[in-house]
Amino acid sequence: MSRSVLILGAHSAIAMATARRFAAEGWTLHLALRGPSRLQADRDDIAIRLGVEVTLHDYNALDPDAIDEVMADLPALPDVVVCAVGLLGEQETAQRDADFATLILRSNFEGPALHLERLAGRFEARGSGRIVGVSSVAGERGRASNYVYGAAKSGFTAFLSGLRNRLHGTGVGVTTVLPGFVDTPMVAGRDLPPALTAQPEDVARAIFAAVEAERDVIYVKRRWRWIMAVVRALPEPVFKRTRF
Amino acid sequence: MTLTGWGRYARYPAPLSQPAPGDLASALAGGPVIARGAGRSYGDAAISLRRTVGTGRLNRMIAFDEAEGLLVAESGVTLGEIVEVFLPRGWFPMVTPGTKTVTLGGAIASDVHGKNHHRDGAFRASVAWFDLLGPDGTTQRCSGQENAELFDWTLGGMGLTGIVTRAAIRLRRVESGWIRQTTLPCADLDAVMRAFDTHASATYSVAWIDCLARGPHRGRALLMLGEHAGRAEIGARAPFPPARRTRTLPVDLPSGLLNGWTARAFNAAYWRRGKAAAGSRLVDWDGFFYPLDAILGWNRAYGRKGFVQFQCALPDAGARVGLSALLDAIARSGTGSFLAVLKRMGVAEGAFSFPMKGYTLALDFPATRRALQLIDRLDRIVLDHGGRFYLAKDARMTAETLHAADPRAARLREMRARSGLSDAFRSVQSERLAL
Repeated sequence: MSRSVLILGAHSAIAMATARRFAAEGWTLHLALRGPSRLQADRDDIAIRLGVEVTLHDYNALDPDAIDEVMADLPALPDVVVCAVGLLGEQETAQRDADFATLILRSNFEGPALHLERLAGRFEARGSGRIVGVSSVAGERGRASNYVYGAAKSGFTAFLSGLRNRLHGTGVGVTTVLPGFVDTPMVAGRDLPPALTAQPEDVARAIFAAVEAERDVIYVKRRWRWIMAVVRALPEPVFKRTRF
Repeated sequence: MTLTGWGRYARYPAPLSQPAPGDLASALAGGPVIARGAGRSYGDAAISLRRTVGTGRLNRMIAFDEAEGLLVAESGVTLGEIVEVFLPRGWFPMVTPGTKTVTLGGAIASDVHGKNHHRDGAFRASVAWFDLLGPDGTTQRCSGQENAELFDWTLGGMGLTGIVTRAAIRLRRVESGWIRQTTLPCADLDAVMRAFDTHASATYSVAWIDCLARGPHRGRALLMLGEHAGRAEIGARAPFPPARRTRTLPVDLPSGLLNGWTARAFNAAYWRRGKAAAGSRLVDWDGFFYPLDAILGWNRAYGRKGFVQFQCALPDAGARVGLSALLDAIARSGTGSFLAVLKRMGVAEGAFSFPMKGYTLALDFPATRRALQLIDRLDRIVLDHGGRFYLAKDARMTAETLHAADPRAARLREMRARSGLSDAFRSVQSERLAL
């Protein structure tokens, strides 16, 4: 019996690369996203190339009951869940438009947190499983250029941290993924420094390795760990003057 | 961004987009485009100065019919990916060129041929159907039954009829990934031509020819025959060996390194080695079909100036005299080709496909002035003997030469004008060759 992974927000480049990584290792895939028919061709491609079972599920991260509907669809409780739900959103639009800011906050924090809590309960009852949350280095400290998104991710990171703390000793693990810059359609057109920019496949490899090694917090590119240590350590009177 | 063909001879500042499958139709708006797959055609066939549309994101396999061996895939999928997925399940492409890095779309546009052309025909023989994105942004299913004329022109049509988005190809059943290879040294041109006919029933046949040997040795060659090995033949070997490890040529070698002197030495050594290794042995699929793929970026061996390929076909009637004249001209010039490949071809098919019943000779030269002058002379010889040229290799021919060699070129141009394709699909090559 092959192991199975449920991927929430499966349409993103990181999620798809992660799906292929797990499939290459023989895992069964359950891909949940809004408008699952969008992934039909990718589903077929993965099934043909890698010979694993792949199912698609309609899933809206902002609908509180959506996770229960997905779970009802599944043949069994998955071994691992990867939450790649997220919405970057334009910071300036979020400053002007409260509805848009709300959407960013709910997509990156409220939706993922509520759904993972439900899954955590089921994993805890079973006494095994791993929950992987894709958060962001933007959540480590609020910056002018994306602090609405950053605040939501900060909340998500704190949620994952607390969940990990609560579940310690139950057999259920929690992994926080902090990818840094990733070369995906979400950031298309932005000028990213190549030395700090990972490919979606790099993130996928890191996630799979973290699951196998039961890691708590991972940065995809190691230098981000040091960069963020410096960013966190800057005194606020200095930090508030920076622009990056 | 700078685009070149695999020969890296002519370079063009040309914008390349890689649209998602759903955005392909909108990529057509705003002037002539040309599709570009893996960029493995040697010249300027997959470059448009206006807009070059990459098929890199059309990379999904859609369906596989296990009973028929029929694979449906998007056009950016490469033959290498197909081998990787399906060889372990006992399937191999029916027709493959000498590199597995080509995409399905590229293989269709060039109607590529392989070592089995004399028996099985060109790539078209394996194509059940494809979907073609036309100038109006809609996609048409094309097959031998449906839109048959467009199907015929597109196979070998160098991307000038539209953009192939999906294709269905038939694979062949194989018992193993091993090839029983037989090497036959042939003392001169007559001997190798006779040997091709003697071994006409071989599944695969191709000859390396020493294009610098003169006098009694002119045209000496190593004829290589191949058959898919059955389970009983392979002994304890793994039935489906994986692709060979690749090595990368990390830098451009100095431009002058591959020259007449080194070519002569290489050819002489290759001949001696081949003669010594004559006979039968088992080789894995990657070594038999794709020897050059083992060195990623081998095109950099010719240095920054790049190289040009020359590949012609000569009809049976003019083949012997024509090949002799070509070899004489090359030997006289001293501008040697490292890899000269001679191959027997089967019947001609299709509206604009390259192969014709007879022989094909493929050569590569460093892109020097002397070599380019030599190739102009080779063009003339091919014209005089009723031959024609492989556009997937071409980077420098004139429109006059093409149209003199091949009356079908004018028919393609006329068909394109009539169907509104001339304004929608253009490459640097199609403009150079007045297609």
